[in-house]
Amino acid sequence: MQNSIEVNNVTMSFKRVNALKDFSVTFEGGKIYGLLGRNGAGKTTLLNVINNRLIPTAGAVQVDGMPICENDKALAKIYYIGEKQLMPEEMKVKNYFDATACFYGFDMPYANRLAASFGLNTSKKLKSLSTGYSTIAKLITALACDAEYLLLDEPVLGLDANHRELFYRELLENYAKKPRTIILSTHLIEEISRLIEQVVIIKNGTLLLFASAEEMLSMGYSVSGKADEVDAYCADKRVLSSDSIGALKTVCVLGKPQNVSDSLEVTALDMQKLFIHLTNN
Amino acid sequence: MKFDFDSDVPIFLQIAEQIESGILADIFAEEAQIPSTTEVSVTYKINPATVLKGMNILVDEGLVYKKRGIGMFVASGAKEKILSKRQQAFFDTYIVTLLGEAKKLGINKEQLFKMIDGGMSDAK
Repeated sequence: MQNSIEVNNVTMSFKRVNALKDFSVTFEGGKIYGLLGRNGAGKTTLLNVINNRLIPTAGAVQVDGMPICENDKALAKIYYIGEKQLMPEEMKVKNYFDATACFYGFDMPYANRLAASFGLNTSKKLKSLSTGYSTIAKLITALACDAEYLLLDEPVLGLDANHRELFYRELLENYAKKPRTIILSTHLIEEISRLIEQVVIIKNGTLLLFASAEEMLSMGYSVSGKADEVDAYCADKRVLSSDSIGALKTVCVLGKPQNVSDSLEVTALDMQKLFIHLTNN
Repeated sequence: MKFDFDSDVPIFLQIAEQIESGILADIFAEEAQIPSTTEVSVTYKINPATVLKGMNILVDEGLVYKKRGIGMFVASGAKEKILSKRQQAFFDTYIVTLLGEAKKLGINKEQLFKMIDGGMSDAK
């Protein structure tokens, strides 16, 4: 399919574990995706498979209808940043920008502008950067390159609140000027919950949820009130979790509220809470 | 603009409501340009598709119109329309809640009237 990343029945086995099990998902072009999952769920493995850094045990990935495996043309459409810095650590930041420009179309003035707004000194060597600035250097290369698909694994790792805020703004501004597919994999769910259009949740190497952010937010709600009344209301509903403090009970319920009596209080669940309930064992 | 991210009202509806409130308060005058999707998206860190969905509600209701390549503008007569829409919704949004709370607190009709009367004369 044109303008998409298709992951078809991918299984990725390591010595003892199956990190992905018969996994299929399609990322449509031009949307911002949130790739969520608990530690070890298979998020990074999926991104590595998509970018051909890992060759799946079974199944295949297609980018714009072309197989990704050993395919330069397809790979050139994807830019991936992860936890590891693959460039030589003696390299200076500005040379890191130059190096990226060898492989992708690259907006150097924009990269330098971004470096200035984040306060990144481009004459520094990569090895001398703090965790936060190391991430920032990678983010800048991602924003300034012209790849149609950006895979950002833990894009705010080590960033302080100010820099995270700045990154989210720059990302949206960049996306407005040049709409492309962006996959954000992060644990800071609340921070990206309004930024993303689609949510993809992985659990134990399988796809748990693929929905729009709006659909996900309307999947559940919480009800609180007197314990016996709450219990009566929840009798025929799927309860995700419940907490009691004395006679007051709060229950998270899957579905949409129906005929709730006035004595009970209904509130929305945020994305992080829903995520926790959906992925708890 | 202010958004309540904990509310169970979807963000795109809040966007439409906030712009309506802006028109009502003359922040966005009739025939004046409203902020672009990108401006709202970047400022409040909301996905542009969500913002656009909110803006399109206003377009569908004829409160705002698009000028190709320039942006979106407040339609003439928009303020009047919003005013009458909100007046109609006033009972459901405010009176029903007010009566519910009054009942919980054991405030009777007479006391309630007295409070409204007092509140109205204070406001003058």
